[in-house]
Amino acid sequence: MLHNIDVISSNMAAPVNSVGKTSADRLQVNCTSFQKKTRSKLISIPGTRPSVQNGQLLVSTGVTSLDYLLGGGLAVGTVLLIEEDRFDSYSRMILKYFLAEGVVCRHELFVATAQDNPDEILQELPAPILDDVAVPKPVEQPRLTGEPQDSLDAMKIAWRYQNLPKVQSALASSSRFGHYYDVSKTMEVEIRQAAKCHRFYLPDHITPSSAAHRVESYSALLKSLQEVIHREGFDLVTPMSKSRNILRVGLHSLGSALWGDDLCCHDKPRHSHALTTFLYGLRALLRSSLSVAVVTLPSHLIQDRALMGNITRLCDNAIALESFKGSERETNPLYKDYHGLLYVRQVPHLNCLARQLPDHKDLAFKLKRKQFTIETQIHPGTL
Amino acid sequence: MFTELNSILNTSPDSFTRGEFILVSDRQSDASFLIHHFLSFYLRARCKVCFLGLAQSFCHYSAVSQRLAKEKGQLVFFEGLKECLSVLTPKENNVESEAMNFLRDPPVGLRSLYEFVRSSVIVSDNMEEGAEQWGPSVLLVDDLSVLLSLGVDVGAVLDFSHYCRALVCSQVQGNMVMLVRCNGEEDDDDDDDDDGDVGSDVLLKGLTHQCNLHLHVQGLPTGYCKDIHGQMEVCWKRRQGDAPHMQKNLFQYKVYDKGASFFARGTSSAVL
Repeated sequence: MLHNIDVISSNMAAPVNSVGKTSADRLQVNCTSFQKKTRSKLISIPGTRPSVQNGQLLVSTGVTSLDYLLGGGLAVGTVLLIEEDRFDSYSRMILKYFLAEGVVCRHELFVATAQDNPDEILQELPAPILDDVAVPKPVEQPRLTGEPQDSLDAMKIAWRYQNLPKVQSALASSSRFGHYYDVSKTMEVEIRQAAKCHRFYLPDHITPSSAAHRVESYSALLKSLQEVIHREGFDLVTPMSKSRNILRVGLHSLGSALWGDDLCCHDKPRHSHALTTFLYGLRALLRSSLSVAVVTLPSHLIQDRALMGNITRLCDNAIALESFKGSERETNPLYKDYHGLLYVRQVPHLNCLARQLPDHKDLAFKLKRKQFTIETQIHPGTL
Repeated sequence: MFTELNSILNTSPDSFTRGEFILVSDRQSDASFLIHHFLSFYLRARCKVCFLGLAQSFCHYSAVSQRLAKEKGQLVFFEGLKECLSVLTPKENNVESEAMNFLRDPPVGLRSLYEFVRSSVIVSDNMEEGAEQWGPSVLLVDDLSVLLSLGVDVGAVLDFSHYCRALVCSQVQGNMVMLVRCNGEEDDDDDDDDDGDVGSDVLLKGLTHQCNLHLHVQGLPTGYCKDIHGQMEVCWKRRQGDAPHMQKNLFQYKVYDKGASFFARGTSSAVL
């Protein structure tokens, strides 16, 4: 099945200059055998592709194996909830993959945090592994053919192509679906700064001492997000004449005490509806715009399982991570190949009746240098 | 519309009992496919449908049904997601949606939402010439648990459903279908009563008492299975003569792309 998806994505690698076309130009998809007839307009945006199952527009989470679990990718207009592992190491990593994928695909980013400054997360984004050099070389120094500058880079045979910008290869990679990252390196500053990023750092918006802090933080976030969506033209109601792009929204550690919420502090929180109301508003914003959100939540601090059920239902996709670090499983030989377990709590069934549940229930993950793998656990006794 | 479900329930778009309150509920499962069934059922029966779509956007329902509201005026759709933004993120020149004003102030209750339902369901006397004569009015709600998540009190939701039932089932002699979603196990071993959990269970019990037909969906007790998505319990409450008569049946189901199939326990195609 994965092979088929690659076939589709290579057909989908539309050159960027087709984005400027009006919506009347439907995307030429020659894989109609996979795709059902849908009446939805297909927009050609780099870094997206229609779903094999129901034609919905998908983006990559940055983790190829997670894309597979979610049915090919994250549907535009939906929310992915990640229940954080105990030390927020792997959930934060997936959030960074998601944002890094947005940078590589030339999407816009919106990052909201209450704890660390959003810039800290952005500086930690992993470096993409690209086939070609994707760094746009600075163009302020036009090369003269006689200059022996960078003799190692100088082309000897194809010297006519010496001064062509190397940006074209970046475009080729940005139209591919799903990329790989090297977590031992951080993304180069030039690549990162090429992406437009909107930040929401809670202490900038709310003074912690104000009495209204508790319930105001989520509504401030919602207002800020709506304003960005409207101002930058991600609304679906915006006329299709201008080129469209995707807004990737990363919300870090919602529900933690730093957001002014007491969900993690009390058994019976006083404002238990602040977060769920926010998630409802978030769903409303996402469904009416070309954006997609990843929310991490320290669910291990929330005692109320019913509340977690409500929160999960208000998100579309939901996974939970459990890391082995610090637990007795770390030394268990059964789990020596993995870093933790991954649970798929929910997958959506938008615009169709049936959910596509993953075949496997016992999933474990491992963060390798160049890949975040999610696999079915094979117990020794079952072989 | 699922034909197998119609035969289980012994109804069809041409003949169905009027004045019924059908409760659809689920526990750790998703019964929203049944809402799609009832939506297309009543549209095909040429009823005037008022749909409170609180959980998903209009595109979702229309994409599934593929044939929604082609006839003008048959379907009144209330999209909760769209209306909520006008209350949650108010702007100066936007008119706030009246029906969702409980978002601003949960203790206010659902009176405005009820007023909206009332205005949609009551057929006006002075209809224009040539307007279609629709069948009985039907109210569909997807779903009530969203209201609990948004901070509305359980008592207010029960009042709302009671008012709607009095309006739709008794006064107008139409039908009402509501979806309630629950969490957790039925008998909780935990000592602490979490407000959220108790809330939806109390709501479910209260509505079960009021309803005529109860479809309860849950996962299989034996665990996850790819071919059988869950089980559905059908519970009729009819009044025959003086004595209330209750009948329960258990089915298993599997949801497909375009429909669902229902079968007796153990007779799934995967097994036989």
